Amino acid sequence: MSGSLATSSTGAPAQGAAPATSQSDAWSAWWLLGGYAAIVAVFAAAWIWRAIPERDYPLVLGTMATAIVTNASCAIVGCYLVLRRMSLLGDAISHSVLPGIAIAFFLTGQISGLAIIAGAMALGVLTSVLSHSLHWFGKVSEDSSLGVVYTTLFALGVILLQSFASGTHLDADCALYGQIDFVGLDRVPVFGLELPRALLTQGVVLLVTVLIVGLLWKELKIVSFDPALAAAMGFRVLAIHYVLMAMVAGISVAAFESVGSVLVVAMLVIPPAAAHMMSDRLRHMLGWAVVFGATSAVIGYMAAFETNTTAAGMMAVVAAVQLGGAVLLSPQHGLVSRWLRNWKLSLRIASEDVIGQLYRVEEARAERRVDAEAEAFVRPQLRSLLERFAWWRVKRRGLTELNSEGQIGLTTAGREEARGLIRAHRLWESYLQTHFALPHDHLHEPAERMEHFIDPQLRDELDAELADRTVDPHGKKIPRDPQTDQQQA
Amino acid sequence: MMLPYNTLVVLSGVGLLGASAGLVGAFAVLRKRSLTGDALAHAALPGLCIAFLLLGERNLTAMLLGALASGVLGNMVIAALVRWTRVKEDAAIGTVLGGFFGLGVVLVTGIQHMSSTGSKAGLDSYILGKTAGMTAGDVYLILAASVACLAVVLLLFKEFKLIAFDGDFARSLGWPVYGLDLLLMTLVAVAVVIGLPAVGVVLMAALLIMPAAAARFWTERLGRMLALSGAFGLAIGVIGTSISATFAVMPAGPIIVLTGTAFFLVSMLAGTKRGVVAQSLRHRKFRRDLAERRLLRAALEVSKLSGNATFTRDDLRQRFVTTSAELERALDDAIRHGAIEPCSSGTYRLSSEGKLRAVEIARGHRLWEALLVEYPELASSVADLGSVSITPHVPSEVVEDLTARLRAAGEWPELAP
Repeated sequence: MSGSLATSSTGAPAQGAAPATSQSDAWSAWWLLGGYAAIVAVFAAAWIWRAIPERDYPLVLGTMATAIVTNASCAIVGCYLVLRRMSLLGDAISHSVLPGIAIAFFLTGQISGLAIIAGAMALGVLTSVLSHSLHWFGKVSEDSSLGVVYTTLFALGVILLQSFASGTHLDADCALYGQIDFVGLDRVPVFGLELPRALLTQGVVLLVTVLIVGLLWKELKIVSFDPALAAAMGFRVLAIHYVLMAMVAGISVAAFESVGSVLVVAMLVIPPAAAHMMSDRLRHMLGWAVVFGATSAVIGYMAAFETNTTAAGMMAVVAAVQLGGAVLLSPQHGLVSRWLRNWKLSLRIASEDVIGQLYRVEEARAERRVDAEAEAFVRPQLRSLLERFAWWRVKRRGLTELNSEGQIGLTTAGREEARGLIRAHRLWESYLQTHFALPHDHLHEPAERMEHFIDPQLRDELDAELADRTVDPHGKKIPRDPQTDQQQA
Repeated sequence: MMLPYNTLVVLSGVGLLGASAGLVGAFAVLRKRSLTGDALAHAALPGLCIAFLLLGERNLTAMLLGALASGVLGNMVIAALVRWTRVKEDAAIGTVLGGFFGLGVVLVTGIQHMSSTGSKAGLDSYILGKTAGMTAGDVYLILAASVACLAVVLLLFKEFKLIAFDGDFARSLGWPVYGLDLLLMTLVAVAVVIGLPAVGVVLMAALLIMPAAAARFWTERLGRMLALSGAFGLAIGVIGTSISATFAVMPAGPIIVLTGTAFFLVSMLAGTKRGVVAQSLRHRKFRRDLAERRLLRAALEVSKLSGNATFTRDDLRQRFVTTSAELERALDDAIRHGAIEPCSSGTYRLSSEGKLRAVEIARGHRLWEALLVEYPELASSVADLGSVSITPHVPSEVVEDLTARLRAAGEWPELAP
């Protein structure tokens, strides 16, 4: 999988970032994902070794494996739902398959097997078709039409179950909560191993899911990210949509017996939402979703065992907690890292402002005048926390020092850096004046913001564009590039 | 007929419940938040359980307060996820629904294992609902909650109206849209929470959505929609409960939902404003009017070109390209309205009154054409593209200018031959 990833990221060098960087980013994403999975696996192994008597190993391992496989299928198909902003269709379908189950049960008398899955898939597609036609013909908003359709179908299902299936162990409770805690008891021998029957069913479901996603990889991808483009390119968007809906229905009903209908919703939505926080690439997102689904299964099972509660509920709770973790700690999109990035940027801007103003003070003194604004800025009163930190930081970096009169001034290194900044500022002012005809008193503000983002290359381009202007619109000298000076010297 | 006391209690309780759900559900539906109600219903479960665990006994008021608190918390989580992270609204709703409900299920099983009597504290009935156990005390609670909802809606009618129809505009006016949204969702949570014991978590969403969605077909005015939605909710509750009481095997929740579906479907077909039948009738009438107008215009041109007052069907077909069926129908309509009169065999002519109408239509048509050519920027201000004349919609100077231009070009239809 990682091999093909490397090819795909080097195969698209035109995507802006240099291919080498994106490849190493991709690798670090896989390492992070694998590392998290490995830590949870080691922890779980230690827990089983400590807490479970050896004769119960087949039971516990079988249950965990079933839960992992179930959650993995839900997570994979859930990614496409979340990307298409149709998570609630998953919610709706997982409720509305109930009449399909009831009818299939009524016809065949079995509570598992192909008939039930087929009935559920039919109802899943029907839900989507019905809510779409209510939206289309009745001009009902999409969320309302979905709400009307799935509550109706669910109510029908409850009534059908109560009328035809009362007295069997197929009841609404079972469909709602699932029975993950008991799947380990019903085992069949496979190649000399005692595996839970549910594990085999879920394994087949996962296999089919992976197969369909693999075969329709490109179609599902383009339909998820840009349905309009997909339609324009001749993909059968509607057909792919219904394939997805049928998959959701099939997976929901297969998962009923282990996690129950409401928790299917949790597993369809929460791990993919968390995965979306962690990644920007579909492959990574699928990988993360599977890892989050599987770790929810394992940690949820352990937590439920320790607290003597139901595993299915715990899995949903663990998944939600993991989403919380991803929201806070995701490297690219997490709140913490976003806050840190913002703070670092603010600090850089504040530090650059410090040396910039010191430069202006020095410049004014050398020309025997007073730059009041800059003088006010370098006065130590009224500094915010960020500014104090910025002053401390420029001093630590050796950009400022106390001069012989006990005043703060720039060191040679500081002056060099400040010169680049002031150069960017005054070049931008000149550029604005030449090209945008802004009044004089409107030039300083934008330049004050832009100066921090104009790199040396852009400065030289601006310089060339301005035909070697030496003074800015306010008549102040535009400093030369420090490196150019060195070369000339 | 005297109803038994218990039945009366249940009927009035569920009816009030339906009315308040219909009232606040109308705003949720208009704000496109219908499925948030579903999430709130699920999110209420852990609060219910925690209140039970804290008190150690079944106290309805305390448990409903707990449910309300966790419902509101769930709504705040949704809002926070949408506002500060890249999680989209649908995934945020799904997360709260699944995560909170999972926690609720964990707590329910915990309570089941804890309580030595083996009673589930009636928590199970919150999933599918049981109307039968409703007491007069419950009804008073529901009544109080409904009155509170009604009071808030009446007090903040203007504010809710604006955020329901144009949230961005409300924000640009400097209104506290997030706060109002939270208040609205709190009202939804109140309706959901008092409904939980009766119809259950899963089907509460239906009571919020269906009366409002049904009412939407009957009116374009918010005030009427609210009243109608409340009335529908009341009717759905009462009728659904009566049906389920008649067939004792059936659980009340699903029957109430199916009653709601029936209301919705009937409204969708028969609704006077947006109902499917009314809309298609209006559409058909518009097409027939349009065809008749085009026919009269064609007749005027034909008689002007030939200099002859009479014309045949074939003459008309030359100027008025359409299916023969539509031509026949338009001709019938025009004859019935007295605009065209049959002359000798197979020929027709415009009546004097028809001539007046035809000239008026032709002038309107010319003005439309000229407006689109000369003042295309004004065309968007003419809201009703189906109207015969532009005169009521654009400034009179423009109409005068266009008329003068058309006169000068000799294209202004005149009554005199």
